[in-house]
Amino acid sequence: MASTFHDQIAANRRNSFLMAALVVVLFAALGFAIGFAITGGPAGGVAATAFALVVGSLAGVGTYFSGDSLVLAVSGAKEVDEASAPQLMNVVREMAIAANVPMPKVYLIDDTAPNAFATGRDPKHASVAVTTGLLEKLDREELQGVIGHELSHVRNYDIRFSLVVGVMVGAIAILADFFLRFTFWGGGSRGRDRDSGGGGAQMIVFVIAIALAILAPLISRFIQLAVNRQREYLADATAIELTRNPYGLERALAKISGDAEVLEVANRGTQHMYFTNPIKRFEQRSSGLMSTHPAIIDRINRLRELTGDPPLASEEAAAMAGLE
Amino acid sequence: MELPIIIVIGVVVLLVVLAIGIYNALVQKRLRIDEALAQIEVQLKRRHDLIPNLVNAVKGYMGFEQKVLTDVTNARASAVAAGAQGPAQQAAAENMLTSSLRSLFAVVENYPELKANQNVLELQEQLTTTENQIAFSRQHYNATVLDYNTTIATFPNVLLAGPLGFTKREFFDAEPEAANVPNVDLSLS
Repeated sequence: MASTFHDQIAANRRNSFLMAALVVVLFAALGFAIGFAITGGPAGGVAATAFALVVGSLAGVGTYFSGDSLVLAVSGAKEVDEASAPQLMNVVREMAIAANVPMPKVYLIDDTAPNAFATGRDPKHASVAVTTGLLEKLDREELQGVIGHELSHVRNYDIRFSLVVGVMVGAIAILADFFLRFTFWGGGSRGRDRDSGGGGAQMIVFVIAIALAILAPLISRFIQLAVNRQREYLADATAIELTRNPYGLERALAKISGDAEVLEVANRGTQHMYFTNPIKRFEQRSSGLMSTHPAIIDRINRLRELTGDPPLASEEAAAMAGLE
Repeated sequence: MELPIIIVIGVVVLLVVLAIGIYNALVQKRLRIDEALAQIEVQLKRRHDLIPNLVNAVKGYMGFEQKVLTDVTNARASAVAAGAQGPAQQAAAENMLTSSLRSLFAVVENYPELKANQNVLELQEQLTTTENQIAFSRQHYNATVLDYNTTIATFPNVLLAGPLGFTKREFFDAEPEAANVPNVDLSLS
């Protein structure tokens, strides 16, 4: 069991490195095609690639060091201590010991929707944020499961991946958007220039650039989401390894899935970081290529598989949550 | 004439470098055990300090359940005394303390006014978290000891471990009979 966990974590790291590399390549290719298409020569392509990579890495480095504060500020999270949230601090400390990571900073978001997320660049610079709704609706054991899940993200370096890749995906979207608008509004006159200058090659590159501009944001988003969903499963499994108690997390998932509230402070930029998808309603929290999280019922059933319990249907999980 | 000497010197240097590497690795692993044990000690100390407060807080309410309280107090005393007797004895004494605390909390459940007492609730939360921290630190300690014991028992480390004084370490574990203590369900929700 232990070795498979380590294998999983190793595979996880490898995959995310590959994914991150792929996203960078996409970003560079997009920059090249756009530069080539606009200036009409490979030199322009190289220059644009260099420019895009420099801007991209600056954004990446910026996020690496201060993305966590940005995410926390956007979410309206306030730091808490022993005096203001004793039980939460206790549970986080327990799980930090179990995960063998330093005690992270703990934040509270004033929102009744039960949810949580972790962020930071490595275990030494990590933060965990939970909503007041989570504290109100879950009991101690369930809270322990959720915090175990979040500290698994910390220990497995998912927090770094989600910060940096999040920015790269955003940068690709901005770059593609910029180019598509540019060609839409200014493309007419460019087209005439190109006709007089001649050169079918540029026309082809132009078409490729448009295709890339349309596809790259989608592909990079798919990659990000696929990795994210995989990591949610892994964090659930790791949480159980840490707490040695599968039922707390299982009940927490069931309770949260039965909760129809939408987290107001979450947005499309931060939704992938949360414990469960904070935006979609219960019926829509289903798996699919474009969802940030696996369906909660699938997560519950994977846990039940680990404990040897029979799988549940969604209604049964909802009923379990209703029992309290 | 020259070549064999160079080879011999080379082999000796290589062996010395290897031995230094092994020695340093063993020292590091042994330090990690001490660190992990220190972590447990801090939490055990905290638990020992919390218990008299809890006993005082509930004493007034529990006129006739003196036995539960004296059990906890005695278990605490022997746990404190066991602190100097090595991990195995210490673990056994702490397990006794854990089970006596569980019975105490089970009795608390029968007293509505105690369950509503803010002071008791706080102490209960403190003891719960301390107990969880002890359990998780123990897992960590045992994993560290297992790693160290495996390292000193495997080739080539085993050749150096004995002569350099690296001996097997004890796990912080429950005695077989202590594991059979009946489990009182204590839901702290």
